Amino acid sequence: MRKEKDIGSWLLIALAALFLLILLVLPLVLVVHEALARGIRVYLAAISDPFAIKALLLTLMATVIAVALNTLFGLASAWLLTKYDFHGKALIGALIDLPFAISPVVAGLFFVVLFGRMSPLFPLLREAHVQVLFAVPAVVLATVFVTFPFITRELVPVMESRGRSEEEAAATLGASGWQTFWHVTLPNIRWALLYGVILAAARAMGEFGAVSVVSGHIRGRTNTLPLHIEILYNEYNFTAAFAVASLLVVMAVVLLAARNAVEWQAKRGMHHGD
Amino acid sequence: MAIEVELRHIEKAYGSFRASDDVSLTVERGRLVGLLGPSGGGKTTILRLIAGLESPDAGDIFLGGQRMNGVAPGKRGIGFVFQDYALFRHMTVRENIAFGLKIQKVPIGEQEKRVSALIDLIGLTGLGDRYPLQLSGGQRQRVAFARALAPSPRLLLLDEPFAAIDAKVRKELRGWLRQTIHRLGITSIFVTHDQDEAVEVADDIIIMQHGHVEQAGTPLAIYQSPRTPFVADFVGTSVHVPDYTVFKGFGDGRGASGGEGIIRPEFLEIGADAAEMRLPLASEDGIVRGVYFRGDCLQVDVEVKGQLLRGRRSLEKRPLHEGDVAKVFIHRIYTFADGGTRILENAAKREEPVVI
Repeated sequence: MRKEKDIGSWLLIALAALFLLILLVLPLVLVVHEALARGIRVYLAAISDPFAIKALLLTLMATVIAVALNTLFGLASAWLLTKYDFHGKALIGALIDLPFAISPVVAGLFFVVLFGRMSPLFPLLREAHVQVLFAVPAVVLATVFVTFPFITRELVPVMESRGRSEEEAAATLGASGWQTFWHVTLPNIRWALLYGVILAAARAMGEFGAVSVVSGHIRGRTNTLPLHIEILYNEYNFTAAFAVASLLVVMAVVLLAARNAVEWQAKRGMHHGD
Repeated sequence: MAIEVELRHIEKAYGSFRASDDVSLTVERGRLVGLLGPSGGGKTTILRLIAGLESPDAGDIFLGGQRMNGVAPGKRGIGFVFQDYALFRHMTVRENIAFGLKIQKVPIGEQEKRVSALIDLIGLTGLGDRYPLQLSGGQRQRVAFARALAPSPRLLLLDEPFAAIDAKVRKELRGWLRQTIHRLGITSIFVTHDQDEAVEVADDIIIMQHGHVEQAGTPLAIYQSPRTPFVADFVGTSVHVPDYTVFKGFGDGRGASGGEGIIRPEFLEIGADAAEMRLPLASEDGIVRGVYFRGDCLQVDVEVKGQLLRGRRSLEKRPLHEGDVAKVFIHRIYTFADGGTRILENAAKREEPVVI
């Protein structure tokens, strides 16, 4: 009986490992291999290309802004959804998940409609000399949109399971709303928050669809790393494309490592009553 | 005695559920009051209204003579012990207890002194650096108690303080809490659904049901003269009888209540035969339907005229068994009419000279 189960579980593990190897590990290795195919010099040239560096900086900027905004928004919405009861709560919860359900390309089109020439906003924006579409603001907005639900969705279950009683206890002890948040709520949710931030950052860096629609693909101005890679690829400049792609891979691996560290810390904290 | 807490005509509804239905009550300074009633009776709501964690739809809340409606919980001078303790789990015992003092910006030296004194008071000396998850249920409860006491509130509110603690520790903790609260002299209100707990711990009891106050008074007064059938039923173990006029000695007493009555175990005398009875002629014949060991006595369920009554019998007397014939004398019965309790004594006791 027990032996059978062992064989079964080994089979499953082998299957999972094979799956991961073909779908995840092999492509990563191949990306790095292709990137270095024509030697380290070509690789360094590709990633130190001014357009590549511009794209990297834009990606990092969009990521930082999107994550910062969504951290604030995620905290506020998770607080609203777990600490208060009101009509339309389910609707708000569903709306927050909208970016998960909608294709990023469609999300990009939203912004084209909202800020493009057909929009009633367009004359106002032109008046104020603000260029949104096919400029950095649209890239940032699209990134904010696609990473919108991550932090809220990480926080809500944790805050729900903790209930309101610690906050109420703080209130009876004289703490203000801000003191309660800072001394009681935040320490309780810090690992979930950090986890959400990391997931949102990973998603922001890799975003292609929505950004592709709104950016206008202007090299050195509105191209993010994924868009830059696509351009290089379409120009049959494979080595450069893979070299720049390897940058994204490295950033993703760093975030994954951070994610695992956070998870490990959070588990350890639980055992210590922290 | 000065009045510490006064509620006047409090109304509170959650949707269509009326958690407080015209609640008025007073608590005297320095008293330990038990808010007793079945689950969902509105006890915790009252406690939360007093604390300011909920606000009433109508009515006034006075603490120490001042109207407190709309005042923030932290500014009411109350300490609150939550049912699940609500300890800050990322803080040590010391940090938990110090929290209220830190918020009040009490000087560090004074904070330390007060926290150490409270840790000694709750018997957790040496455990100040532990986290809540490293403590037992009883220890956590004491920490919650100390944390609520730290800012020196004038009123302590405890929500089901013993509910989450196992039976043996609960007994100990009850005694400890009663002693400690009396020594500190702080006015306290605790919520409980356990009548034994209320009787054992409280100076005064307020009984609530369906969001309104049924009766308030000392445990003894409530026990001896329950004002409503609900109170009579809830306090002590009681048996309802639909028509008490069928029993010997109560045949002429039917009043406006239509014969419904409540009989407590201590109102019954159960004997194995006529020789054991003081008034054998006034006793009923019954059949023993069940005998249960209750530690210091036996509980005897006995059927008299088709009704199951519940009584007690000393372990020293001849044992009774299921199916045995027994003699039953009913000393008195509670009846309710015109919104008040009547105590009917057995006619035989009124007629014959009392032999005690």
